[in-house]
Amino acid sequence: MAGLNVEWINPFIEATYSIIETVSTIKIEMCKPLKIKEENVTGYDVSGIIGITGEAVGSIALSFHRKTALKIVSDFTGEEVMGIDNDTMDAIGELTNLIAGRAKKIFSEKNIRIKISIPNIILGKGHTINAKKNIPSIEIPFKSEEGNFAILVSLKSNSEQT
Amino acid sequence: MRIITVDDSSTMRRIIKNTLKKIGYGDDILEAENGREALDILSTKDVDIIITDWNMPIMDGLTFVKRIRSDSKYDDTPIIMVTTEAAKEDIIAALQSGVNNYVVKPFTPDVLKDKIETVLGLKD
Ligand SMILES: [Mg+2]
Repeated sequence: MAGLNVEWINPFIEATYSIIETVSTIKIEMCKPLKIKEENVTGYDVSGIIGITGEAVGSIALSFHRKTALKIVSDFTGEEVMGIDNDTMDAIGELTNLIAGRAKKIFSEKNIRIKISIPNIILGKGHTINAKKNIPSIEIPFKSEEGNFAILVSLKSNSEQT
Repeated sequence: MRIITVDDSSTMRRIIKNTLKKIGYGDDILEAENGREALDILSTKDVDIIITDWNMPIMDGLTFVKRIRSDSKYDDTPIIMVTTEAAKEDIIAALQSGVNNYVVKPFTPDVLKDKIETVLGLKD
């Protein structure tokens, strides 16, 4: 896993468990194996993406199948959501923001300072997530009774020159 | 009691509005998508409490709070920051810039109620 060790990945896994299980009633479970991604084409319907700068650079994406997105967003907003409209996309962006923010706090406790950007949303079956060149990406799949989802962590230390 | 909620996420503004209604502070709520828009609204309208996010485009919450606090008209207006930023140094920076209280997202209605009552001086 060149350049992407568990130290970089674990805060995002911890943050995903914590945020999804706080805002939603579903129980989630990380699936193995984690996949190193060369091409960041997802098999999912919608993704929220946040850029990361500071002592580490890259991005974090949160990708859902439609069904899973609708369930989690309905729980999160307290209103039943029937389709992926602007409000649903906004909610997925905010969920990504919550996960990135929680991961940032976990990093700060390890004395690693990062900054997070405003979220972007990408919609469409098989969409591509543009990670920067030379930054390794790893997909961490999760399963739940409402379907699968994944986070894609694309990160490297800012001190490494490429 | 008039409250303005400032957040770039329409979802989060809706959650905050619904929560304010649930805890008895939902009578008169104004909304803004970022600090710039909030400053525009506040130039013509008075509010009793400002609830603001940190990470927003155009003008972020920290810049917004500093602008508010540099205007004598808003010296005493309570500001509660509701944000995903939870690192200790971020909370300190927000409090130093003039935020009265701080809520980390995701939050429960009880937490927001407690912070509102604290900034209104209803608690000791
Ligand atoms: Mg925001």
